[in-house]
Amino acid sequence: MTLILAEMAYWQETSIRLLVGLAAVLLPAGTLVYLFLFKMMSFMQSRLGPMEAGPYGSMQLLAEVGKFLQKEDIIPRAADRLIFKLAPFVVLISTFLLVLVIPAGPDLWFIDVDTGIFLALAVSSISVIGILMAGWASASKYSLMGALRATGQLIAYELPMVLAVVGVVIQAGTLNVQNIVMAQATGEIFGWGGIGNPFIFTQFLGFAIFLIAVQAELTQPPFDMPVAESELVTGYLTEYSGLRFLMFFIGEFATAGIFSALAATLFLGGWYVPGLDPTDGLFNVIGPAVLFAKMLLVAFLIFWFRFTYPRFREDQLQKLAWKVLIPLSLVNIVATGVLKVVF
Amino acid sequence: MAAKIRIPGMIKGLGVTFKTMVRTLTKGSHTVQYPHVKEAPTARARGVIALHEENCTSCMLCARECPDWCIYIEGHKYKAPPRRPGGKPRKKNALDRFDIDYSLCMYCGICVDVCPFEALFWTPEYEYSELKISNLLHDKNQLGKWMETVPEFEDYEKGSEAKKAQVPE
Repeated sequence: MTLILAEMAYWQETSIRLLVGLAAVLLPAGTLVYLFLFKMMSFMQSRLGPMEAGPYGSMQLLAEVGKFLQKEDIIPRAADRLIFKLAPFVVLISTFLLVLVIPAGPDLWFIDVDTGIFLALAVSSISVIGILMAGWASASKYSLMGALRATGQLIAYELPMVLAVVGVVIQAGTLNVQNIVMAQATGEIFGWGGIGNPFIFTQFLGFAIFLIAVQAELTQPPFDMPVAESELVTGYLTEYSGLRFLMFFIGEFATAGIFSALAATLFLGGWYVPGLDPTDGLFNVIGPAVLFAKMLLVAFLIFWFRFTYPRFREDQLQKLAWKVLIPLSLVNIVATGVLKVVF
Repeated sequence: MAAKIRIPGMIKGLGVTFKTMVRTLTKGSHTVQYPHVKEAPTARARGVIALHEENCTSCMLCARECPDWCIYIEGHKYKAPPRRPGGKPRKKNALDRFDIDYSLCMYCGICVDVCPFEALFWTPEYEYSELKISNLLHDKNQLGKWMETVPEFEDYEKGSEAKKAQVPE
């Protein structure tokens, strides 16, 4: 992308980046909602899901979006109007910023910074502010409770997530996401370079911790205490309707897609397929598709857990993060560091 | 110890959902696509209540027992000619109005049970939804039409001496 963009005017480059960015956020989100939320969840419950809109209900998403757009935009009288209106944008912004760092090919990236993964983990925490804004500005006890729970949960699970990534960073020796992919593509398993060295083999513990933390970051079941509908209506989403609710919804599933892509990049080798030269220009064409396929694989795991397990209690949830995941990821870091020095 | 028990259970749970998904994809779901495919309700399913008008004496028992007060009956008495010449004219009840409001009805079936003259019957028909709620008020003509859908009563257990109820023609 950089090769083509180099000869363009600034406004052309910016608009292309904007369009590609929009597609990179909305396409995975739509695919995840249709493929997993509509269809896989239905199959796991022995039903077919939406079947009427388009072949196999594939147009159902458009119908849903149309439905949300028609709805009245209700703002509670006691709400802090400006903050209430801003909150969904803040959540969505963190999603859009996340997509920046994920490379889709040797020359296909939005930004190539040396602290890429650090940036990704930092901007992913912006959504906490959006959620807290939504909860506080709604002037509703359910929203406030939900937002506080969400904040506590997101802060708790941010830590194991970061620490799980540290293992990968130690092994790759770089914070640059592109270089992490390259390290996996050119790596060798005990001298055998047939499939490169996807970090899922050496960092399986990190992968598992990362997946659990992502699940919690997305406030998805079994970590959906903040939106526990039986006690908090829908938590911080309670007072939202129409377009603003849709934005939260898109934010949730787009973030699911991007976190899956991030996990695929960090642990499954990103856009690389074994057997080819990673600097090959071919990857600029097939890279996005490969990354998309790997993202779907990780997302399948995330949604499989989502549809299988019942909700954790608040104390169990915090206990899991602080007493199990964080010590485990620290052990993982120590082990990775020692092995890195030894070999 | 506790962890040893919990972890296999969590994996088993993943297996259950995965197996269900594979079964749904290969052998089809437990649900049916309703407007295209219809499941046949059982013969004595409580779908809608039918009225056999000739049997009704407007005794009001059903209307009085209805927990929702969703049955509206109006009737009048008239003198019918005597059976034999020279006899007294007979008093008879005529039904002017017999409405059941299905927007209120909770399908308890008490009216069918209390009717002493076998004028009310369950039928398994269920497709009578309306766009306007007022159209759910079925008058006696509509309730009479449902009589065509009343299925025959099922046979009693072998050896039963009770007389089998008959659906009036």
